[in-house]
Amino acid sequence: MSEQMRRIAIDPVTRVEGHGKITLLMDAENRVHEARLHIVEFRGFEKFIQGRPYGEVPTFVQRLCGICPVSHHLAAAKAVDQLVGVDALTPTSLKLRQLLHFGQTLQSHALHFFHLSSPDLLFGFGSDVAQRNIVGVIEKHPELALKGVKLRKYGQQIIAAISGKRVHGSAAVPGGMNKSLSREERNVLLAGIADIKQWAQEAVALNEQVHMSHPENHSFGALNTHFLGMISPKGELEIYHGGLRARDPDGGTLFDQFDYRGYQEIIREEVRPWSYMKFPYFTALGKENGWYRVGPLARVNNCDVISTPLAEEARQRFRAFADGGFVQDTLAYHWARMIETLYCAESIELLLNDEDISGNDLVVTGEKRSEGIGVIEAPRGTLFHHYKIDEQGLIEKANLIVSTTSNNQAMNESVRSVANEYLDGNEITEGLLNHLEVAVRAYDPCLSCATHALGKMPLQVELIDADGAVVDCLTKGVNGSIERA
Amino acid sequence: MSEPTNKTITIDGREIPFEEGQTIMDAALAADIYIPHLCHRPGLSPHGSCKLCTVEVNGRSASACTLPASSGQEISNNTDALNEVRKTITQMLFVEGNHFCPSCEKTGNCTLQAVAYHLDMLDGHFPQFYPRREVDASHPGIMLDRDRCILCELCVRASREVDGKDVFAITGRGTDARLIVNSESGKLVDTNITTDDLAAHICPVGAILIKEEGYEVPIGRRTFDLHMVGEPGLEPVILRKGQHSDEH
Repeated sequence: MSEQMRRIAIDPVTRVEGHGKITLLMDAENRVHEARLHIVEFRGFEKFIQGRPYGEVPTFVQRLCGICPVSHHLAAAKAVDQLVGVDALTPTSLKLRQLLHFGQTLQSHALHFFHLSSPDLLFGFGSDVAQRNIVGVIEKHPELALKGVKLRKYGQQIIAAISGKRVHGSAAVPGGMNKSLSREERNVLLAGIADIKQWAQEAVALNEQVHMSHPENHSFGALNTHFLGMISPKGELEIYHGGLRARDPDGGTLFDQFDYRGYQEIIREEVRPWSYMKFPYFTALGKENGWYRVGPLARVNNCDVISTPLAEEARQRFRAFADGGFVQDTLAYHWARMIETLYCAESIELLLNDEDISGNDLVVTGEKRSEGIGVIEAPRGTLFHHYKIDEQGLIEKANLIVSTTSNNQAMNESVRSVANEYLDGNEITEGLLNHLEVAVRAYDPCLSCATHALGKMPLQVELIDADGAVVDCLTKGVNGSIERA
Repeated sequence: MSEPTNKTITIDGREIPFEEGQTIMDAALAADIYIPHLCHRPGLSPHGSCKLCTVEVNGRSASACTLPASSGQEISNNTDALNEVRKTITQMLFVEGNHFCPSCEKTGNCTLQAVAYHLDMLDGHFPQFYPRREVDASHPGIMLDRDRCILCELCVRASREVDGKDVFAITGRGTDARLIVNSESGKLVDTNITTDDLAAHICPVGAILIKEEGYEVPIGRRTFDLHMVGEPGLEPVILRKGQHSDEH
């Protein structure tokens, strides 16, 4: 390290799922030499699932997360289906799982936008920190906040109806599901769907308006990246099952309808010593150039069409914003996320009106296999679960690539970009601090898939000179107050 | 069954009849009085090992499942002091094994979990042991997860007294005590146990499980989702399958 270098740490990053920190290494002219998002938690699920029976896996691994447990549950269930030799579910079980995952994605997206990110977008990145939180949104925009809460609640009601609980229920069994939806349960949910669709449309409109009316947001942490996502055989947006598609920034196709069971041929992971999160990359492009983005921005760019009409109209407006090219604006993640929320709402209505959802044919059986790979589009992006079992049916090896991992390099690049654009001198301001977090927040990272202490995380930022002396220090208390030491 | 007599005992001030040869537990169950227990099941010989059924008989502590009922016994059962001791015993059972209810397939059907709820147990209190005992999944239909065994010996007695097979035993003492399998290899696959045996179904926790059916019963329809552990008439239900007759 040069004598003139100094390091700034934001630890922990707030209003994201889990714990992480940002560090910046800067020279005397305040140029950013290095910007890193560190994931400082170690979970170890891949290790301690070893030796457990495969049937336990979907219920066990969903504990990775309290926000997207259903996605882990279903990705593991898809892998376990293969372990019991099942490649196709009954129509009832398939539709139940799809409905469950639409409920999951709806509630997760609503939580992220309304609870975590809307304060930045509504009040400004550098606005008064005392207001820039969900309580501020409730005070200033009570109607909007209430709709956000209700959107999330509706998604959770779907999850509870299918899996028995709003969080960490039990639904998938090897080769199917353990119950279907009764007509009464469907009617209760259908009674609320018109509002949900309406509010999702309003959320899309709000994001369109915010993004278009803030030109400075367009370049904020923007990158020119590849996109990876699951796609239906017809090229439609798909979040439960399909083939993998990767596009380069110019719209060229790296691969399409790729069978995800061969994921190890196309994706590798690099380990770097300063983070517990790996760095995946496309094998064909190598470590330097092969990184990519996943999640709503990738999916809405990647698909040719959305199967539901209102979301498809919104997608067309989204793509028109980039003149038909890819929308690479990092903050457009929020916009894409709300388009997907609308897609979820419309899809939920279709499935609730589908008689198959109340069927009794729930489980398929097959010949046992020793390896299973399940992939799903979780709210935050493509999620891989891979298991090998021994002859007794106990897990021998597990490999998970969680969605946020795929965005690891991109989040680091966005942090670097924002740091370069906004860092303005020796004095650290809370506003600057939040700009860096806004860049990370756009990706809706689930840094550990575990810890949620919204608004209560203390935060300390130190500016340390080349000799190690503290030049400046800001501390955020649990009540949101900022103090300079 | 012997002829009814006019002999009585008193439990928590309520006078109930008993028959010659009955234990306090037998008489209490017949009168729909719940005395918390884990190692006792009607039809199997009493064991007296879990100590949850400890009651005070004329002022002295005794196991209700092993002490014969006798005329004039004044018994305290549902008292704060006894329930506090029972809760401590239950906490010790939890920390001695790996009882992770959130991912355990027995959750909702687990008597240990139900007793813990019954006793208002809110934490483990003691440091976790985190044992690492051998999992035996060698049998095609039955799995043995020793980290969840509470050494109640229900499987030992069921196999010996009902199935006539003698598949299980407890070996070792103190913290080294563990469940072993009576075959040369020590594996379940080399015994003659089958999924029809009572021993394969009687485990009150998730130590002995029938494979492949763990999560088939949805949350909300499991035994203790629908019933309290102290509910009269639940014993034969738990014995049968861990699933109540009114479940669908």
